[in-house]
Amino acid sequence: MGLLNALDNPINADGIILGKVEDLFNWGRAKSNWFLQFGLACCAIEFMAVNASHFDLMRFGNIPRSSPRQADYIVISGTVTLKMAERIKILFEQIPEPRYAISMGSCANSGGPYWQHGYNVLKGIDRVIPIDVYIPGCPPRPEAFEQAVLKLQEKISMEEIFKKRERVAQEDKMLESMLKAEENNFIENVNKHI
Amino acid sequence: MTIQEIYDLLKIHFNDDIKEITDISNGDSFITVNPANIFDILQFCRDYETLDFDYLTLISGMDSGENLGVVYHLYSMKFKHSIVIKAFVPKESPNIQSVVYLWRAADWHEREAFDLIGVVFDGHPNLIRILCPYDWEGHPLRKDYVTPQEYHGMKVPY
Amino acid sequence: MENNLENTTNNNKINIEYSQFDSERMRLNAGPQHPSTHGVLRLEVELDGEIVTDIIPHLGYLHRCFEKHCENSNYNQIVPFVDRLDYVSAINNEFPYVMAVEKLAGIEVSEKVQILRAMCAEINRIANHLLAISAFGLDSGAFTPLLFLFREREFALGILEKLSGARLLYNYFCPGGVRYEIYSDFKKDVKVFIDSVRLAMKEMEDLLIFNDIFIKRTEKIGLLPKEVAINFACSGPVARGSGINFDIRKSAPYSSYDKFDFDIPVVEPGKEVVGVSGDCWSRNWVRVKEIEESCKILEQGITLLPDEGSVTDGIPKKLKVPAGEVYCKAENTKGELGFYLVSNGSDKPERVRARATSFVNLAILPSISKGYMFADLIMILGSIDIVLGEVDR
Repeated sequence: MGLLNALDNPINADGIILGKVEDLFNWGRAKSNWFLQFGLACCAIEFMAVNASHFDLMRFGNIPRSSPRQADYIVISGTVTLKMAERIKILFEQIPEPRYAISMGSCANSGGPYWQHGYNVLKGIDRVIPIDVYIPGCPPRPEAFEQAVLKLQEKISMEEIFKKRERVAQEDKMLESMLKAEENNFIENVNKHI
Repeated sequence: MTIQEIYDLLKIHFNDDIKEITDISNGDSFITVNPANIFDILQFCRDYETLDFDYLTLISGMDSGENLGVVYHLYSMKFKHSIVIKAFVPKESPNIQSVVYLWRAADWHEREAFDLIGVVFDGHPNLIRILCPYDWEGHPLRKDYVTPQEYHGMKVPY
Repeated sequence: MENNLENTTNNNKINIEYSQFDSERMRLNAGPQHPSTHGVLRLEVELDGEIVTDIIPHLGYLHRCFEKHCENSNYNQIVPFVDRLDYVSAINNEFPYVMAVEKLAGIEVSEKVQILRAMCAEINRIANHLLAISAFGLDSGAFTPLLFLFREREFALGILEKLSGARLLYNYFCPGGVRYEIYSDFKKDVKVFIDSVRLAMKEMEDLLIFNDIFIKRTEKIGLLPKEVAINFACSGPVARGSGINFDIRKSAPYSSYDKFDFDIPVVEPGKEVVGVSGDCWSRNWVRVKEIEESCKILEQGITLLPDEGSVTDGIPKKLKVPAGEVYCKAENTKGELGFYLVSNGSDKPERVRARATSFVNLAILPSISKGYMFADLIMILGSIDIVLGEVDR
């Protein structure tokens, strides 16, 4: 967390903080994550407990939203069945970018106890949507969930924003030229055979 | 009423349709009946004065090798006695009459037995899958069931 | 246009047919992602304006193949799967399953274990009802009761965690006994817990149960007549809210429930506190009263529970279950939970069929919510108190 470290820096006196704009953006993004209010199975009860009075998730800046359009991240809290997997994919795609996902519990991680004979159970939600943080446990303790939220904040605060765009543009260009070269090769080969 | 008394009473009214009583020392004894006449037998169980089975606890299907079984657990709120009735249908034509018109509780139990075991309940108003996806193939709780390799592009067994 | 209007008014030609006002039906989809469907239930609702005319529940979004796993696991391995049926009241789920195995295998269980099991079940029942009442409040728009009641719920989970090592899914009972010995301060903890729950429920009666807004949202809504409830095989608070005096702890006492002195709260017609028998408020009221009854059982349990003796001694080294079949039932937090167990003499059961309470209770939803507003449908669903893990298994 570059911005907060800057506070300890003695050079920046008189209430002036020197830092990157990127860090400022990330600091704001990381400390105010809104999640999709969405429970699947047993872990959802622990998820409720995290939200309730004893563990109080809101102190991390996490607020439940009922619509995926307003959310930043989704928590896959429970067993994902094949019937549900397609709906979860749609839900995840409805979350505006940048979006994150936390996989809570062994069922969402890998199928958990339903690995062997579960004909209707998806063996890991990461086969359908990309996952940022995995929490082990069946179900995980609320403390484990809180740590996952902190891990997610850490991940967000280390993300690059501006350079990422340049890099992605560069990668796209490289990919395009590679594809073109391959295409040319293919056409040449075909021409040879003809 | 004990199960033996119920068996005798049913035997008087339904003669050959009531097949046998299987005694199980460490559990619940059950009566096996002819599946063709199941509706009348269960209606009798519900409406007869001294039986009065007004509470359908459970309908379960089971795969017993060559046959499919349908098990009815009945309970009486008034007399506090219960009974287990079994009917076996062949796998080639697993048809049995629905009892939705006797107990509404039978609705979802029968749909589940159809979904997981593949027993077809004739006369059920809406006999479709209930737990598995609507386009699922096969009946998962049959002993010879093979899990499909793929469902909508997702790999199922690992 | 003006001419037309004049003509009609002059000639008094106002022939209105009902079909002219019969508005177009709208199909609305609620779920599987919906905060008020208590999980992944999907309801396809047909609406006339805001009035519900038809409901089609679609289940199976959490179908985890429970029965398939049971056929492929041995008797001790099934207990964790049983936990995950109704994950809010896991101990109560283990109860009938363990009893079924014990009955088949002919295992006798000591009195201390029986009393401890009943006490655990009652602690778990309180935890479940606290969640049910707070979630019901949340459905009606009250967020504070959730925060208040979860405080006490954490207490209950803490006691069970000290006993079993897990917060939510305990895997505590096993055929012949329970897995771990009782810790030293168990009785003291339970005493403190009872006091705090009683205090919280008194607070809750002022805050939520007798709140005018809450009563207006719930009374005379979702009426379930007695005969319909029996025909649909409803049990638990849903049946008792409709005036059916049916509780397995009383009608067929299992374990050690015949040693305890407690009442079954029933809202009989003519004896209602608020509203009418069989409405949403009555179903919730039964839960509120049941918490008090559970407290009574726990109080007696503290004196009944002997200090001497082990609770893990009775567990057989190797569990041998002879062929046979049994249906064992117990009063789960939501009603009658039963397990139909068929054994063929091997170490794995041939068939395990769960009579899932929520699955049976949910079946009444389409029948009792037609004709109410859509917002009332959410209240009715909340008052039935379903857990989707048990509905879909």
